[in-house]
Amino acid sequence: MSPDKRKEYWQRNIRIVLILLSIWFLVSYVFSIFLVDALNSISIGGAKLGFWFAQQGSIYVFVVLIYVYVKYMNKLDKEYDVHE
Amino acid sequence: MSVQLWTFIIVGLTFAIYIGIAIWSRAGSTKDFYIAGQGVHPTINGMATAADWMSAASFISMAGLISFMGYDGTVYLMGWTGGYVLLALLLAPYLRKFGKFTVPDFIGDRYYSNVARTVAVVAAIVVSFTYVAGQMRGVGVVFARFLEVPINTGVFIGMAIVFIYAVMGGMKGITYTQVAQYCILIFAYMVPAIFISITMTGNVIPQIGFISTEANTSVYLLEKLDMLHRELGFAEYTSGSKSMLDVFAITFALMVGTAGLPHVIVRFFTVPKVEDARKSAGWALLFIAILYTTAPAIAVFARTNLINTVSEKNYAEMPQWFKSWEGTGLIKFEDKNSDGKIQYVADKDANELTIDRDIMVLANPEIANLPAWVIALVAAGGLAAALSTAAGLLLVISTSLSHDLIKKQIKPDLSEKQELMWARIGAVFAVAVAGYFGINPPGFVAATVALAFGFAAASFFPAIILGIFDKRMNREGAIAGMSVGLILMFFYMAVYKLGWFVEATPPPSEWWFGISPEGFGTVAMFVNLIISLVVSRMTAAPPEDVQQIVEDIRIPRGAGAAQNH
Repeated sequence: MSPDKRKEYWQRNIRIVLILLSIWFLVSYVFSIFLVDALNSISIGGAKLGFWFAQQGSIYVFVVLIYVYVKYMNKLDKEYDVHE
Repeated sequence: MSVQLWTFIIVGLTFAIYIGIAIWSRAGSTKDFYIAGQGVHPTINGMATAADWMSAASFISMAGLISFMGYDGTVYLMGWTGGYVLLALLLAPYLRKFGKFTVPDFIGDRYYSNVARTVAVVAAIVVSFTYVAGQMRGVGVVFARFLEVPINTGVFIGMAIVFIYAVMGGMKGITYTQVAQYCILIFAYMVPAIFISITMTGNVIPQIGFISTEANTSVYLLEKLDMLHRELGFAEYTSGSKSMLDVFAITFALMVGTAGLPHVIVRFFTVPKVEDARKSAGWALLFIAILYTTAPAIAVFARTNLINTVSEKNYAEMPQWFKSWEGTGLIKFEDKNSDGKIQYVADKDANELTIDRDIMVLANPEIANLPAWVIALVAAGGLAAALSTAAGLLLVISTSLSHDLIKKQIKPDLSEKQELMWARIGAVFAVAVAGYFGINPPGFVAATVALAFGFAAASFFPAIILGIFDKRMNREGAIAGMSVGLILMFFYMAVYKLGWFVEATPPPSEWWFGISPEGFGTVAMFVNLIISLVVSRMTAAPPEDVQQIVEDIRIPRGAGAAQNH
């Protein structure tokens, strides 16, 4: 693989990681901790939204984030022909 | 049949399974012993990782802890799951591509230095020993409560079982035992949770019961619990009492610590390909999330149930489970105003009831009137959780000794067979030390789990991340960062948690930036990061061949081939 291609592959990898980690930060720290009081004024079922994100929602999002990462990287690996 | 007989049968059966697996999966080479021959399917590895990860604390204590902490319990729920996102995105695939046996292997090779390797070995051993002491104790406690044997006898039985499958099978034995242990522990956790959810809310799924109305009423469970808390003078269940900054610091330290724990990282070395390492992290988190999203539901059910059962009720009319747990000393009632009723309130002077938080999970089946075999199942589940984590930690200790110290540093000419023998000796030594700590728990055992995470966050996490993502990071930067991180963490823990070097443990008002010792790993981690970056930029760049390693681990292809040379 040419150095340029290599660099491009790595940059696309970094970009998806940064996007997914921003969502990770958003649900766990912003929704569940920093803005928890504001979100608590909204209800989902019988739970306050901020509280629900802290004890349920963020964990579901974590699982989805890894799933998206696996899907995306498998595609990227094939596109750059670095898969096994 | 009695509960005790059921417990003997079910626990005996599960132990027979573990030993059977040990005989079937004996390790024939160091590769088998260290990384299960690198042939573990990602789903299987995910299951093993989940059992490896979920300890006696997750199984027995966590729901109870949350039930007493309310919103503040969030730090454990997010802290112990969010780290897997970091593992999957930032560590697992690259470490798998690197493809050696241990975490100190990576640190030693990437930072071309046996000093760095030794710092990593010390960190791995400190982290693993602080963590394993609690596990062996947990085994003893479960035995004592359910089979009425002395705690020490329980520790010995636990040691014997782990000894058999860890020493014989190494990572290979541990992996397949952990799969069995995951199945047992998750079944044991979910059955009572589902039954209680049905009783209290009419919903089969506890996660939905959590946000539902109480059965046959139109009041939401969480609203009702907040109301009960207000009446009794407790802080509202859904709002916490810790400072926002501290909640952030603890959650972050636990997440980063999770991603830096050597016994978790090494599980990703056991799969065949880079792609599998990523998938494995996803499976692991999914299997963990089943328990971790159920725990807050159990916490709410148990808390509501408890208050409804005891508050302002006649002591003489308490149900059987109350009496039997009173016998163990885990529930204590003192009729301060002599009215024969139980006052369970926030005000310390008026409160008449003290409850050990571990009861919330252990007594759940009794509270919900479930059959005796379910109670026995919970005992087997608690043992599975403690043993699986203990085994994973013991392996890290034994590998650190045989591979990272003896093979890589003291006697490089060791043959494969001799190294395997040393690995087994290391495992025997580790089991013995863990057993010793289980029988004579050090006074700081309560602090040790937080300590383990703080140390992992302060040492490994930055060194590994920078080793992958910063090509310019060199030996000097990594050693300086890890050393300062470890020492700073140790100092803060020693002074502010254990009260060493000072006359009295300083009160929370003297904490640096208001951050508790549990959350200080976050600060130590950032200090490590900054020192590493600064020192590395002031010293020489790493040699060409090391920069090549970094280039190489960023490309997935060749992970399988690189191992078989």
